[in-house]
Amino acid sequence: MSAIHVTTKINGDVVEYVCEADETLLDVLRNRLGLTGAKEGCSTGDCGACSVTIDGRLTCSCLVLGAEADGCEVGTIEGMADGEELHPLQRKFLEHAALQCGICTPGILVAAKALLDKNPKPTETEVRFGLAGNLCRCTGYDKIVRAVMDAAQEMRRA
Amino acid sequence: MPLDSTQPSKRDFSVVGTRPLRPDGIDKVTGRAKFGADATAPGMLVGRILRSPHAHARIKKIDTRKAEKLPGVKAIVTREDFPDHTNGDALLYDVLYNIMAREKALYEGHAVAAVAAVDARTAREALKLIKIDYEVLPHVTDVDEAMKPGAPILHSTIFTDGVEPKPKKPSNIVRRYEFGHGDVAAGFKQADIVVERTFKTEATHQGYIEPHACLANAGPDGQAELWVCTQGHFMVRDTCARLLGMDISKLRVTASEIGGGFGGKTTVFIEPVALALSRKANRPVKVVMSRDEVFKASGPTSSTSIDVKIGVKKDGRIVAADATLRYQGGAFAGSPVEFGAMTAFACYDLENVRAVGYDVVTNRPKQAAYRAPGAPMSAFAVESVIEELAGKLGMTPIDFRIKNAAREGTHSSYGPTYGPVGLLATLEKAKQHPHFKAPLGPNQGRGMACGFWFNFGGQTCVSLNVNNDGTVALSVGTPDIGGSRASMCLMAAEELGIPYDKVRAIVADTSSLGYNDVTDGSRVTFSTGMATIHAARAAIKKLCARAAQIWGIPEEAVTWEKGYAKPAGPNAGNFPPLSIAEIAAQAGATGGPIAGHHEYSADGAGVSFATHIVDAEVDPETGATKIVRYTVLQDAGKAVHPSYVEGQFQGGAVQGIGWALNEEYIYGKDGRLQNAGFLDYRIPVCSDLPMIDTVILEIPNPGHPYGVRGVGETSIVPPLAAIANSVSAAAGVRMTSLPMSPPRILAALERQAMKRAAE
Repeated sequence: MSAIHVTTKINGDVVEYVCEADETLLDVLRNRLGLTGAKEGCSTGDCGACSVTIDGRLTCSCLVLGAEADGCEVGTIEGMADGEELHPLQRKFLEHAALQCGICTPGILVAAKALLDKNPKPTETEVRFGLAGNLCRCTGYDKIVRAVMDAAQEMRRA
Repeated sequence: MPLDSTQPSKRDFSVVGTRPLRPDGIDKVTGRAKFGADATAPGMLVGRILRSPHAHARIKKIDTRKAEKLPGVKAIVTREDFPDHTNGDALLYDVLYNIMAREKALYEGHAVAAVAAVDARTAREALKLIKIDYEVLPHVTDVDEAMKPGAPILHSTIFTDGVEPKPKKPSNIVRRYEFGHGDVAAGFKQADIVVERTFKTEATHQGYIEPHACLANAGPDGQAELWVCTQGHFMVRDTCARLLGMDISKLRVTASEIGGGFGGKTTVFIEPVALALSRKANRPVKVVMSRDEVFKASGPTSSTSIDVKIGVKKDGRIVAADATLRYQGGAFAGSPVEFGAMTAFACYDLENVRAVGYDVVTNRPKQAAYRAPGAPMSAFAVESVIEELAGKLGMTPIDFRIKNAAREGTHSSYGPTYGPVGLLATLEKAKQHPHFKAPLGPNQGRGMACGFWFNFGGQTCVSLNVNNDGTVALSVGTPDIGGSRASMCLMAAEELGIPYDKVRAIVADTSSLGYNDVTDGSRVTFSTGMATIHAARAAIKKLCARAAQIWGIPEEAVTWEKGYAKPAGPNAGNFPPLSIAEIAAQAGATGGPIAGHHEYSADGAGVSFATHIVDAEVDPETGATKIVRYTVLQDAGKAVHPSYVEGQFQGGAVQGIGWALNEEYIYGKDGRLQNAGFLDYRIPVCSDLPMIDTVILEIPNPGHPYGVRGVGETSIVPPLAAIANSVSAAAGVRMTSLPMSPPRILAALERQAMKRAAE
């Protein structure tokens, strides 16, 4: 199989890679680009651990081919902090102890940011539905929801 | 968040009980934390495992010749590559048999061969080229069916233990257990009301989001390294070394960050296979399970079938309690029925009690521990009958439980007599909780349940090094599965009297520290915590000795206070206090590095109890259930980092919600799992749930210097029963089978309506 040449932007930087036609974006990120923040929990789009944004839209990177990212802007967890300044969501997740094992955390943060980008003042129900595509098995989601609401409030004040 | 103390704390704490940020936090919110599948090595190959499509089949022949010739294939292993080194250790032989099938494949998903190749595609292609000649055998997956005479027999070597006379014919019943005291038959004769019911629960999976993953690197000199997500890297080292015939010292295992375990990562599956492939290929080999493999070939918990009979006097006193529990644990011995039987009646103060358990094998994956293994199912059965009896007595469920609750001095149903325990405290607190007084809406019901777990101590080894600047490096050997490094830093800082952020804790590899048991049994904050405290005290003794040396006074004349060595009294001399940093800076001149160590088998893990209250709303049209309110009250002994204690309470409750309402292993008639993915095996998502309220009670455990009790497991014991009680109240019909999925609830409502119409 001949490899495909792809030019894309990841977290604001131009990135070029070659991938096979059947390779997922998740595999490209993890295995070719060393961006292992996106996790593979299921490879069927059910767990959300591989969440990224493509042109601002929340996506499971396991359901997208690497070749499809050509000409797109991809956002991953690695691009969430601004230098040494954590994103308010990242800070609030730590303050609220909204993670235990942490495997779902990158995906949930990406999903939460995508939610707040669209809806800066979500209700608890909107947060819960906004994160319904991301499985967490440790926390019962309580502290995650609180962290997202708190971050949203802080971001509105800023 | 209410933080209650029914007894005054034994001491005032400075940092224990606060809520600092966890030390591994930044890595985990930035994507930098390295989990099992995140490691790479130069020249790394991809390992893939071929698995049986049959639930039960004799493996007549394995032909790997075609696969070996495929370009890019570097090694293939089968049963031939795993000679039996187990020396008659039956449990270890089961592990060997489970990681690679031998004469038979015993469940769908049982490993039969494995390939290491240059990339994933080549490995997949190679698996297709391996030809296996199977003789398909009759199978059995249901626990009650497996116990019947004439059921397909998995092992010709199982003759039920624990019954007299020992059977002459093999069966699927591995062993009979019995616990209890008094005279149950005589007790039932005194009873005014007796309730007897049969319950069933389906198998569930721990559902950790991170699939099993490891990276093995073995060389022809017999040495090997393994990077792996596990709850116990020392267990992985020892098990793999024994299975592969290696010296333990030649295998070094490093625990990655672990993406959830809940008991499911307390054994080995892919690790010995990856090592065997790496040894054969003389290249690093990474093996990562797919989610499908996790469901089919890791270790879910038992499905069960349970009878419970309880008799009471009119005044509400229980006079007899009896249970028979049947747990299937998959294809090998070791279902958690023993724990199920021991915990079934552990919440009650009983004169006549008996619990009988049967450990049964079926053609399903070998079970592994799942959070308080065995206890949630028996609690579901017992607490359902307790709730029903309260109704028949005209007592509130909480008063009925208070009347019969186990307390200090109770002779427990499984043997020991309780010391100070917190069950009554959780019940009294629950009774006052606003949740109990809140009005219910239409189609809503309220239920409650209590739960018990033993907790565990175990072998533990900790090393604490004082750095030259007075900061502290703490090495522990128990993988951090939910924030335990933060708790260890808190306890070290508490003892040493230094700020929390001056202590850095790591999970050391197997060559850097003595043996540690697995992170299980809710043992880490208790036993690794206690070892940390003792290691800190050992370091303080040395710090005081160095100060004595610097001052030229006897060691006994120095005390340690809030991070400083001080002369013990006016007679010791008038010296300004020396800080830990000042003493550490002079370590080279006063005798060298300063460290404290502690290694022991931890004893004294305090048992723990919880009470859960649930409001459920059942839609009579669809049978769908929504949990509308949930409160957890649990005794933590002492909450070292309350946020992570609350997290354990909430996480356990929500796993219980999934188990009670949605989650189940569904097998077809062909013995194959029909829902091996997160779409069809539905664990709770954020929009399914309410907030989970928590109340931490602190009844100190006398076996720990700070009173700590394990908290991780007890929280999953009451939910199945509490939710069943609330759903039964909402639907107006007693639910006795889990999960209470919409079809089951609709069927129960229909049966009820027909019964009423017939009356």
